[in-house]
Amino acid sequence: MPKFVRYLLPLAIFLAMAALLFRGLNIDPHRVPSPLIGKAAPAFTLAKLKDPAGTLSDAKFKGQVSLFNVWATWCVACRAEHPVLMQLAQSGAVPIYGLNYKDKRPEALRWLQQFGDPYHANAFDADGRVGIDWGVYGTPETFVIDKQGVIRHKVIGPLTQDILQNEILPLVERLRAEKG
Amino acid sequence: MIMRVLCVLVLWCRLLPAVAGLEVFDFSGNVDEDRYKALISELRCLVCQNQSLADSDAELAHDLRLEVYEHMQQGKSDAEVIDFLVARYGDFVLYNPPLKPSTYLIWIGPFFLLALGLFLLIKNVRQRGRQLDTSFSREEQQRIDALLGEAGDKGRDQ
Repeated sequence: MPKFVRYLLPLAIFLAMAALLFRGLNIDPHRVPSPLIGKAAPAFTLAKLKDPAGTLSDAKFKGQVSLFNVWATWCVACRAEHPVLMQLAQSGAVPIYGLNYKDKRPEALRWLQQFGDPYHANAFDADGRVGIDWGVYGTPETFVIDKQGVIRHKVIGPLTQDILQNEILPLVERLRAEKG
Repeated sequence: MIMRVLCVLVLWCRLLPAVAGLEVFDFSGNVDEDRYKALISELRCLVCQNQSLADSDAELAHDLRLEVYEHMQQGKSDAEVIDFLVARYGDFVLYNPPLKPSTYLIWIGPFFLLALGLFLLIKNVRQRGRQLDTSFSREEQQRIDALLGEAGDKGRDQ
């Protein structure tokens, strides 16, 4: 081994470690990749939030690109996300369906009345069973579902304009262009 | 204000281990309590990520414990319960990850490092040994011999 290699080796190891750890700093361990990406939306049939007699099921996702947003009134980040959803709904770019997760009906209805209702419809998941089938662990969560009803993307944590413009909407456009 | 919030947080954290796992399940039926406890302690809670389902007091951990209990009640095996959770939450829920390409590094990495360490150690020791053998020049060796010779002579005199 030439001498300079011997001296440079520790530096190289240090740089490699630094690069590795620096990358680690930018990874959020709370964003666990979902095994559901690329799989059909888990089946469910739940009463609607606003109309308890009516039901919302996974069949709704077939034939259109849509968003499925998991939210609750007890979820602080959902409150932060709400204006973004309102703007998205007003733009009409993509229909948003909601899963009202482990919530109380009167409180959820009051929330929609007070802050506005960006959802085409909401499924009311009182005991969180459907949430578990969808692998929900940190509200808010947003799924992008293609025309075949297959989950193509999942955002954990509140949607922001940045995520919307750079991640969600371009994907929605691409999925719309797909045959189906 | 901040102090008060901190106090509440600290107290709350202190209380966590004490109140976790408060659900009362009936183990008189076909669900074996030891099997249930073993299973929930090797599953990871997704909310407080460094706690197992057995330790965590997160809402989701409650729900998942109930889910595990009910699956066991239906006569499902440990593997089936684990498959159910992995299908929804991924390998992340397992404290004991399966051996597959994406986990080779965790499984093999430590052994690789151990082997590398041993290799370097052996190499180093050998090199040192060799250096000792050859580290005297001819003059030095002559001096050593001379000195040793003197010492030897003195030794014989006494």
